[in-house]
Amino acid sequence: MLKDITLGQYFPMDSVVHRMDARFKIIITMLYLVMLFLGQRIYCLLAGLLFTVTVTVCSKIPAKMILKSIKPIVPILMVTGLLNLLLLDGGDVLWQWKFLRITTEGIQTSVFMVVRICLLIAGTSLLTYTTSPITLTDAIEHLLSPLKKLKMPVHELAMMMTIALRFIPTLIEETDKIMAAQKARGADMESGNLLQRAHALVPILIPLFVSAFRRAEELALAMECRCYHGGEGRTRLRIMQSGARDYIALSLMLLLFAAVILLNTLM
Amino acid sequence: MPILEAQELTYTYSIGSPFEKTAVDRMNLQIEQGEFVGIIGHTGSGKSTLMQMLNGLLKPTSGKVLLDGKDIWEKKADRRQVRFQVGLVFQYPEYQLFEETVYRDIAFGPKNMGLSEEEIDRRVRQTAEIVGLREELLEKAPYALSGGQKRRVAIAGVMAMEPKVLILDEPTAGLDPKGRVQILERLSQYHKRTGCTILLVSHSMEDVAKYASRLLVLRGGRAACYDAPANVFSRKEELEEMGLALPQITRVFAALREKGIVFPEEVYTVKYGAAMLLERLRGGGSSC
Repeated sequence: MLKDITLGQYFPMDSVVHRMDARFKIIITMLYLVMLFLGQRIYCLLAGLLFTVTVTVCSKIPAKMILKSIKPIVPILMVTGLLNLLLLDGGDVLWQWKFLRITTEGIQTSVFMVVRICLLIAGTSLLTYTTSPITLTDAIEHLLSPLKKLKMPVHELAMMMTIALRFIPTLIEETDKIMAAQKARGADMESGNLLQRAHALVPILIPLFVSAFRRAEELALAMECRCYHGGEGRTRLRIMQSGARDYIALSLMLLLFAAVILLNTLM
Repeated sequence: MPILEAQELTYTYSIGSPFEKTAVDRMNLQIEQGEFVGIIGHTGSGKSTLMQMLNGLLKPTSGKVLLDGKDIWEKKADRRQVRFQVGLVFQYPEYQLFEETVYRDIAFGPKNMGLSEEEIDRRVRQTAEIVGLREELLEKAPYALSGGQKRRVAIAGVMAMEPKVLILDEPTAGLDPKGRVQILERLSQYHKRTGCTILLVSHSMEDVAKYASRLLVLRGGRAACYDAPANVFSRKEELEEMGLALPQITRVFAALREKGIVFPEEVYTVKYGAAMLLERLRGGGSSC
């Protein structure tokens, strides 16, 4: 049952987008997000749509996956859409009932908001779909490295993220095992009220914590045995390399960005 | 009537995904009351999956598990009762200990069965004695115990439910030779004393040869053979093809036979082998 949990939801494929330098992907995604917020009019979102569709096609990610990423936020979309639709003033009034009214402005804004949120989620999911979590942390470490000058423990933070990501599947597997073992001893986790159910978790949580601590200790020892001493002077297995395609992608993004700003000022 | 029976038992993981894998494939199996069954098979031969189906933790994809002739998936309500009757000790069971004291951890199973305080107390003390835990250890925290002791606490925790069938998944994995022998000897005594049915999964041919009355060899999710140890070990080529070796002592006697020292019967326990050798030495072997 716990196997269904996915994190980072990396979708391995062989595509231009997957091969891109993760640092560039992060920068481009950030520019994309800013661009979506800068866009004041609905046609500014066309730029976002163009971006999302192009990247999806280039990444060979099935469109179904993109829709799947939007699914969890459907309730938020509905609330946002409805509130904007029913409560906003301005423009011609098309329909009115007590304090609720639908105006042309309201329709525009609610469509605008919903599309914007969809694009936000779709764009960021594209980043996690096309980049493995480990590469992503590596890239974050690179991008944050200037902060080292300010004595920020950037490498340590990235290492913590990597380790946490690495151990999620292990701990899920462990939880499954412990649950099975306690069920074999008659532990009942499916019935009873909330309090009883919470109580039934004790036989699972305690062994799980103990094992997490044990693993942490073993890992720390193993790292020390291999003379791990932080990021200083450490070489990498995967060296981040940027090439022509990364600069081209970034330039295209900047062009889109400029176009949106231009549209904003002209209209 | 067999106490535990599998009929065309099948289990497939991740149906419909690229990772689909049939771990247990149309298996038929009959386990009689009071038997000590040794289960051997390579990693991935379906041992763990089979065991979890036998006590109702996993629902078979198809096929049936019969306990005392009754399908355990028939009625929804008695699944927990099945687990009390078919006790399952997982691999490295010491990682499941969670209570503050050894006593309370062993009592967890019986308490879930809804037994009276006196009955729980009787069972805890009795099983602690069976697995060889001293009285004073009962009030200690399980985490303060040694690895071998923890293992015994965990086994006692399942034994205390007094299951009709006790299944153990490699109960000696990771223990030193002394700890291994202790656990297996205790288990064998328990078997003789209570007459319950035991299923022992092991990688060690020596262990299963010594204790089991029947051997089940699994291969690719199917029962490759299920027979008395002597009959199983006589199919040497087949076993070796599966990557399973005969017990060391059997191999020693096979080597002796090649040298022309022939013994009338196949030898598969050290005790028996030693007796045979002594007899031959005393009687003045004719073939030497």
